[in-house]
Amino acid sequence: MYETSYHRPSSLAEATQLAAEKGDEAKYLSGGMTLIPTMKQRLAAPEALIDLRHVAELKGISVNGRLIRIGGGTTHAEVATNDEIKSVCPGFAALAGLIGDPAVRHMGTVGGSVANFDPAADYPAALLALGATIHTDKREMPADEFFQGLFETALDEGEIVTAVSFEAPDQCAYEKFRNPASRYAMCGVFVARRADGVKVGVTGSGSSGAFHWSDAESALSGNFSPEAVDGLSASEDDMIADIHGSSAYRANLVKVVTKRAVKKALAH
Amino acid sequence: MGVEGIGAKVLRKEDRRFITGRGRYVDDMSVPGMKYAAFVRSPHAHAKIASLDTSAAEAMPGVIGVLNGRQLQGDGIGNLICGWAVSSKDGTPMKMGAWPALASETVRHVGQAVAIVVADTQAQARDAAEAVMVEYGELPVVTRAVDALKDGAPQLHPEAPGNLIFDWEIGDKAATDAAFAEAAHVTKLHIHNNRLVPNPMEPRAALGLYDPAEDHYTCWTTSQNPHVARLVMSAFYNVAPEHKLRVIAPDVGGGFGSKIYIYPEEIVCLWASKRTGVPVKWTSDRTEAFLTDAHGRDHETEVEMALDADNKILALRVETVANLGAYMSLFSSATPTYLYATLLSGQYDIPAIHANVKAVYTNTVPVDAYRGAGRPEATYVVERTMETAARELGISPADFRRKNFIRSFPHQTPVIMAYDAGDFDATLNAGMEAADVAGFEARREEAKSRGKLRGLGMSCYIEACGIAPSKAVGSLGAGVGLWESAEVRVNPVGTIEILTGSHSHGQGHETTFAQLVAERFGLPVDNVQVIHGDTDKVQFGMGTYGSRSGAVGMSAIHKALDKVEAKAKKIAAHVLEADEGDIVIENGEVKVAGTDKKLGWHEVCLGAYTGHNLPDGMEPGLKEGAFYDPTNFTFPAGCYICEVEVDPETGTTDIIQFVAADDFGRVINPMIVEGQVHGGLAQGIGQALLEGTHYDESGQLTTASYMDYAMPRAWDLPMFKVSTTETLCPGNPLGMKGCGEAGAIGSPPAVINAITDAIGNNELTMPATPEKVWKALNAVR
Repeated sequence: MYETSYHRPSSLAEATQLAAEKGDEAKYLSGGMTLIPTMKQRLAAPEALIDLRHVAELKGISVNGRLIRIGGGTTHAEVATNDEIKSVCPGFAALAGLIGDPAVRHMGTVGGSVANFDPAADYPAALLALGATIHTDKREMPADEFFQGLFETALDEGEIVTAVSFEAPDQCAYEKFRNPASRYAMCGVFVARRADGVKVGVTGSGSSGAFHWSDAESALSGNFSPEAVDGLSASEDDMIADIHGSSAYRANLVKVVTKRAVKKALAH
Repeated sequence: MGVEGIGAKVLRKEDRRFITGRGRYVDDMSVPGMKYAAFVRSPHAHAKIASLDTSAAEAMPGVIGVLNGRQLQGDGIGNLICGWAVSSKDGTPMKMGAWPALASETVRHVGQAVAIVVADTQAQARDAAEAVMVEYGELPVVTRAVDALKDGAPQLHPEAPGNLIFDWEIGDKAATDAAFAEAAHVTKLHIHNNRLVPNPMEPRAALGLYDPAEDHYTCWTTSQNPHVARLVMSAFYNVAPEHKLRVIAPDVGGGFGSKIYIYPEEIVCLWASKRTGVPVKWTSDRTEAFLTDAHGRDHETEVEMALDADNKILALRVETVANLGAYMSLFSSATPTYLYATLLSGQYDIPAIHANVKAVYTNTVPVDAYRGAGRPEATYVVERTMETAARELGISPADFRRKNFIRSFPHQTPVIMAYDAGDFDATLNAGMEAADVAGFEARREEAKSRGKLRGLGMSCYIEACGIAPSKAVGSLGAGVGLWESAEVRVNPVGTIEILTGSHSHGQGHETTFAQLVAERFGLPVDNVQVIHGDTDKVQFGMGTYGSRSGAVGMSAIHKALDKVEAKAKKIAAHVLEADEGDIVIENGEVKVAGTDKKLGWHEVCLGAYTGHNLPDGMEPGLKEGAFYDPTNFTFPAGCYICEVEVDPETGTTDIIQFVAADDFGRVINPMIVEGQVHGGLAQGIGQALLEGTHYDESGQLTTASYMDYAMPRAWDLPMFKVSTTETLCPGNPLGMKGCGEAGAIGSPPAVINAITDAIGNNELTMPATPEKVWKALNAVR
């Protein structure tokens, strides 16, 4: 790791002011489950780290009826074990419980994951399928607009993800097929069913990051059953190909994992 | 004898410090004035070094010195060597290219060290290492051994034209050809034994300390064999004469073979300590471990088996290309030859065998022995072929094996080895019963009803362990003898120190070696201290690898205990005025048989040291040493049965059940043996299902971290069903065979035989990743 300086603001205002002062050379740290290993490999060298995990405004989960709001500084473990989320939207809590390992879940945060937008991160699949809103210190926008491409989001320089919010669907579930080495999602599918239709978010497979599988959304909106996906095939053209799996294999996974996610949702 | 003697499940004495974080590893060592090293490593797989400029690095904060390969050579530090001379079939010696500890002209794999930076902190050393400016002229790259043999392939070493190190053979070619000419059936297979990265939990480390006042060096290093390290560093690398070099291998966190070898880093740290005047410590990070720890396996093999009309094996023909990487590591020549092809007879009576092995240079990390070392490769060839032949012939794999088992011992195979004892029916039967093979078809049907594909695979392995009779390995080219030494020091109060040349890096020697004393004298294991891993304490030793610490190391202790016992009995007989032959030692007492006359063990020991009442002419003291040189290899063998369920939609393999039925000869501590089997199985299953090492076209190791190199996790493994049967090894006094490598040797073919059975396609390479299995299924459905 290169030499860096560490800052621990206690408010959003303090955090953004620090970021403005440090400029390009500063990086927000919100768990550091990606950033710290990258720095240890000397592949990233921010001169200043601004730790958001102690900013009070970013903490906490609120559930009002079926409306869920999760602060950006909330850890995966807090999401996974929150009784209200488990009751209103069990599929989302279950997803958080599948992220990494216990150490990762106790350090990593929702905001960190969303802002980093790793193509194999779990939350983006859910946030797309749930039609979630991403809140920042400056604005709010739909997840569909927020996630823009590989590690690319709508965030401006210095902008902070303060929360995500969404309305719990009627039924939902997340199914994950893990990469044999990293155990990140090689294909993760979140299905969410509401009266007005079904949404399918896919992570780990797309060469531009998480995406909606719209063919499956149409088919499942008409018939919410695993069989509805049988006749479909995901396009290989948009899939990641690497030493762990060809694009054809990932396209197959998208279909198989979607079916399993639907089956799981129906079982709830 | 006693509750802590041979056969007792004594809890590991060493675990208290390990599980409370109080182990003392090399990186825990600190000496006054110690500084930190970082190596400058080649980013290219093959390149000429055009220039190397250290001036910017030298000016960085905290930097004490930056040293390069020319300085190293100028100081007379010798090149690294391979210590086992293997000749080609035409009689020419192997062609070893020069391997300087710091490259000054050419780099031949990504990660090869070209310079060392010593600085006040590790971070400063690393920062400065990046500031060393090296200009490289890139050369063409080859990473696959079969490609390296082709005309026009990039050439690595001027000493080895065509990248061929040796073209070696074993067995009777004419007899083998004649048998094939008469065969009723021939089974052929192409086999790839995948390259593995060892990944011990503790990365390698070295701390070099030069004391100018005494002109003396001390090296703390992560070694499985510190005496061999001292010998080689002294005799070949000219670091220092042996009496001026102390090597200490303290607690070592796993080795699996990768810590047998003497690497550039420890040599350079010692040299740099003298050059810079400060003690120099280097600890590998995980990326460096991937790029510099000797890798394992990497064979490509064509195998043919000839059978008669009665399903008896007539002959085996094997052509193997072994990738040795960019340089010849310490035992790299022996691994794909004498540790491999000598086991190609497996558990079977095969009248004729011929094997040809080409060892090849490529622009990859050097390859050497890794848990099993050659024997997993042989077992994979034999057991994949057996299963395939049985399927082709339409007979049960178990019956086919039984038909060809060796049943009379000793048995001379056509490939050097003389098996001394075994009962292959016993392990096969034990395995089949534990695996409920009879009930498999019903389970297969039940799985089918859930849309899953079940398969059953078997592997009947044999290995040569207890490495090794010195005279035999000497005649085969080994540069050292492979005996072991021990010293038993009895203190005046009767407690005992065992000094051993074996080295424990996870095996539990501190417990099992003490159990020999418990057995012999009826003393508690807590009264015994096992001392190892320091050339200043233990006179000499050959270290731990090749499942040798039991069969060879404990045999040496056994011999030394014989001498201690004899002397103690003489003393007791003298004091008790009895006949020496009537003295027995049990439960910590030295008695005259059939009488109530006795002394406490501690009284005899004290007597030995006071010298007040010893037989005339007897020297005081109670301390004995012994060297033990085995008369033969030992031959652990067993039957492994794997049952898998494949998910046809994703190609994922679940191991439902894994049975290991082993014959390790006499077992000292069944709990530790079970643990050894579990660990070996995890590594073998890792090779079969998960661990793939990939180089890209430019020679970059694309699997140089756990993000891309798949290590086995607990959830990948079932609860193992392990058991042992026992035929005693006649070659050593305790009847032991060794258990350290069996799991890794026997399991890969069992897993692949099971998956290929499940999917109905025999074309499948390791690691059988979900994608590969899915593709293999698609090819037949």
